[in-house]
Amino acid sequence: MNVLAYARRHGRESVAWYGGLGLLTLRVARNLQLPPSYLVIVAREIDIIGVRSLVVALTAALFTGMVLALQSAVNMAIFGAENYVGPVVALSILRELGPVLTAILVGGKVASGITAELGSMMVTEQIDALRAIGINYIKKLIVPRVLAALVVFPLVTIMADGVGLLGGMLIVVFDRGVDPYLYWNTISYWVVMKDFLTGIGKSVVFGGLITLIGCYNGLETTGGTEGLGRSTTDTVVQVAMAVIISDFFLTKLLLLLFW
Amino acid sequence: MADPLVELRDVRKSFEQKDVLRGVGFALPKGTTLAVMGGSGAGKTVLIRIAAGLLRPDAGQVSLFGVRIDRLREEAMLALRKRTGFVFQGAALFDSLSVFENVAYPLREHTRMPLGEITDRVHRFLSLVGMPGTDELLPAELSGGMRKRVGIARALVMEPEVVFFDEPTAGLDPTNARLVAEMIATLRAGVCDTAIVVTHDVGFADMVADQMAILHQGRFADLGTPGEIRASPNPDVRRFLAGELRED
Repeated sequence: MNVLAYARRHGRESVAWYGGLGLLTLRVARNLQLPPSYLVIVAREIDIIGVRSLVVALTAALFTGMVLALQSAVNMAIFGAENYVGPVVALSILRELGPVLTAILVGGKVASGITAELGSMMVTEQIDALRAIGINYIKKLIVPRVLAALVVFPLVTIMADGVGLLGGMLIVVFDRGVDPYLYWNTISYWVVMKDFLTGIGKSVVFGGLITLIGCYNGLETTGGTEGLGRSTTDTVVQVAMAVIISDFFLTKLLLLLFW
Repeated sequence: MADPLVELRDVRKSFEQKDVLRGVGFALPKGTTLAVMGGSGAGKTVLIRIAAGLLRPDAGQVSLFGVRIDRLREEAMLALRKRTGFVFQGAALFDSLSVFENVAYPLREHTRMPLGEITDRVHRFLSLVGMPGTDELLPAELSGGMRKRVGIARALVMEPEVVFFDEPTAGLDPTNARLVAEMIATLRAGVCDTAIVVTHDVGFADMVADQMAILHQGRFADLGTPGEIRASPNPDVRRFLAGELRED
């Protein structure tokens, strides 16, 4: 009976969470077209989300490319296919690892920061103060963050893709003694533009999803500092889960549409 | 008689299983200050937030300046909120902005005033609340009483038609509480003559209100002028005035 009650309560909370996230998405979409545009705030958010996340994203991409090349080279050497490590690394990074790792790492950092900021504004009634003054807080606080994420995540992913490929090359060339020309040549032969573009497309979706989760959890924060801590932790977990789960469905969709 | 600026009819609100408001109504005409009193947990803050359109009631009607707002979308409410001011219990100052920027914020967002005019207006209101020369201070550097006064200046700077005060003297020492009470009483003669004040402080309500209401168990136990309330035969009112009324 207790298990049933727990499941019922948990189910209700989950439905409320998904419903709330959906409603926030609709409100953001509706507010996109309303004045004012707050372009200065969008630019500031691009700086906060993008520039300050680059080190994390690029470091992760470099080492992911290196590990991937190392593992692939060791195993492909058994079949005498060491020369084809480049395409394996490139396809893995461009289609999956670049967008997904960037989204999880940068997303966790960005979304938890957004939740903490908006959550602390909620518990100190600053968002209500904005509403009381007659400010559209969705337009002022949420829309600029979502717009910035839609710009930043693809850009960071492009850079992470490049650095990941470079990391793979470092291993292939210096550890396995493969010619760098061969590495890039096999990549350009086997990898096509849609491999790259589908990864970038995913990063756009991830960017929007991550920011909306961060904003929603921030706006739903209750219970003072304890509640703020809980919201921030929930955001990190939910962002990682959302990226991994949505990646599956996006991959399915993209394969259906383009392959 | 002119239309009331704020009107509530049979307003109800519950949280989880608890009925906080069980049918509250009043009409606030221009030039009137209504003090809503009651013990802790009586639902005073919920009531004032509903009246200001910051919270939706579960049932009943809420009108602000003659416009029904109880089912109005947030975006549609913005224009009405520019005509009101709200003083929060904890001041709710923007913690990354200085005192000057906090008070100037509504002017910057809603008007095209030149900087000089904004500066003059902000300084006038900061002086009015007894806070001149504090422009550069951050909210974290202010005492509770000072924060509250800056909050009042921010709520008044747009010269609203109605001001909502949520427990303006709560958490203040007696001297600061008296200063805030005197200030609100003074404001009535000049900046804004229509207000709803939520408080548990009977002496403060006496100083500022034309009308008083005692909220108990989700309903008004009584509503009338301060004299009528003091003479009320209602046992809940008598117990409240004697400091013996408790919310269950």
